[in-house]
Amino acid sequence: MKLSKSIPEPANTSAVPKTDSTGNNDWRPAASLEVMKIRATLLARIRSFFAQNGVLEVDTPALSRFGCTDPAIESFRSAYRGSHSADGLPLYLHTSPEFFMKRLLAAGCGPIYQLAHVFRNGESGRRHNPEFMMLEWYRPGMDHHALMDEIEVLLAFALEGFFDYRPAKRISYRQWFLDATGLDPWSDSVSAFRQFAGQQLDALPAGMDDDELDPWLDLLVTHWLEPRHADQALFVVDYPTSQAALARIREEPLAVAERFELFLHGVELANGFHELLDAGQQCQRFKNENRVREQSGQASVDYDEHLVAALQSGLPDCSGVAIGFDRLVMLAAGLAELDAAMPFSFQRV
Amino acid sequence: MATYSTNEFKGGLKIMQDGDPCSIIENEFVKPGKGQAFNRVKIRNLKTGRVIERTFKSGESVEAADVMESDMQYLYNDGEFWHFMDPESYEQIAADATAVADASKWLKEQDICQVTLWNGAPISVVTPNFVMLTVAETDPGVRGDTSGGGGKPATLETGAVVRVPLFIDVDEVVKVDTRTGEYVGRAKD
Repeated sequence: MKLSKSIPEPANTSAVPKTDSTGNNDWRPAASLEVMKIRATLLARIRSFFAQNGVLEVDTPALSRFGCTDPAIESFRSAYRGSHSADGLPLYLHTSPEFFMKRLLAAGCGPIYQLAHVFRNGESGRRHNPEFMMLEWYRPGMDHHALMDEIEVLLAFALEGFFDYRPAKRISYRQWFLDATGLDPWSDSVSAFRQFAGQQLDALPAGMDDDELDPWLDLLVTHWLEPRHADQALFVVDYPTSQAALARIREEPLAVAERFELFLHGVELANGFHELLDAGQQCQRFKNENRVREQSGQASVDYDEHLVAALQSGLPDCSGVAIGFDRLVMLAAGLAELDAAMPFSFQRV
Repeated sequence: MATYSTNEFKGGLKIMQDGDPCSIIENEFVKPGKGQAFNRVKIRNLKTGRVIERTFKSGESVEAADVMESDMQYLYNDGEFWHFMDPESYEQIAADATAVADASKWLKEQDICQVTLWNGAPISVVTPNFVMLTVAETDPGVRGDTSGGGGKPATLETGAVVRVPLFIDVDEVVKVDTRTGEYVGRAKD
């Protein structure tokens, strides 16, 4: 696996055509052998952790007839052609194994986990790769706080010797904003957030609506809040209901979505839910998301009827979480970018 | 009006911001897992040289700047303008003091410089990293002192003042790094 130093750099030779704009025509992997070993070690530790804790490894399809309706997530689309489908059957590459795993849960499989490659179109950058590995697991009988406890045990175990994982502080999304901006996402107006962003950031992005709060919250999360936690672990808990995704809503005392995220040294590492069980609400959310897509000129997505049926049949009370495995490797290896944490990132495929 | 989508952003791309042509230095894609995507970019204002940060909603479009960088030969200064020539087309352009700015003190006739043109007009000039210039004025050289310690100011033919070793004399040609303004060595004959 040792790479020869005598290999010519193809980038500057005229014999090798330049690749496209994402281009990097180096055939070699970006991850060093050392990083590859860290990846392998983390995978082995994660599997051993779940084996010890009685969580079953599962393996669900990457291709589905249904896609992800979330307007902020774009699925890759493909089609099956051939035997049994002369006209071509539209298929989506999954953006998360969530729907299949919930169908397994509804079928009574008990606690499960999966290490799955997932696909998100349009996401490429220092900390984004359109194909990445997700560690996702579900715990029947646990609420989101109990699951956060387990995440901490897993991370401390998996990262030992690579990264000094310290227990994360837990803060509500509302308090997080109050502390950092003095503004309350549950009661302050969009213009208050616009004003704050205008004062604190160099310049405001063009095309930001005044009638929608969430893009302003996202702007402040990525530009103002995340960078404040560059050297600590932080669970942000109980999101605005407009950002509930697949989390259940707790109505009292303030309506919040029982969703959480883990930021580890300024990196968004995990997203989890105390899962929504109500089939009717799930169906409504799918439809609402498709309506938002249509309004903003995005293609609507065939939503997962099997998931709705599974919820109708009965999903056990459970919490679930997804961790970006490549970002975990990046942190464990002390890297600043995903590129060197993966054998072949998007620039090299 | 030509535009670029944020999806076309990359280092070196020229865009308009606040009415000035700018060059993208760094482009970072930032996005919460389930939220709005942004492109956070560092851009250099090509007129002022100042570097600023800007954020765009991913998918938005930005006006393109018609900017060209070309290697041109410096000809002469007429007191108001500095004249450059394209060595291939022999086309000449005149750059004013704002465009030439600090480069003026390193400009030596016939040197090839990088001239940035916006809508065909020069907005900045970058001199070669190293230039050879004759010493016009300095205290008499101290023969034999090659220690290099201390040094003294010397005014060069272009008016630039640099610190040179004590042994350097008037009419000697010295090599200077224009990025740091430092003496590098004596020209080899």
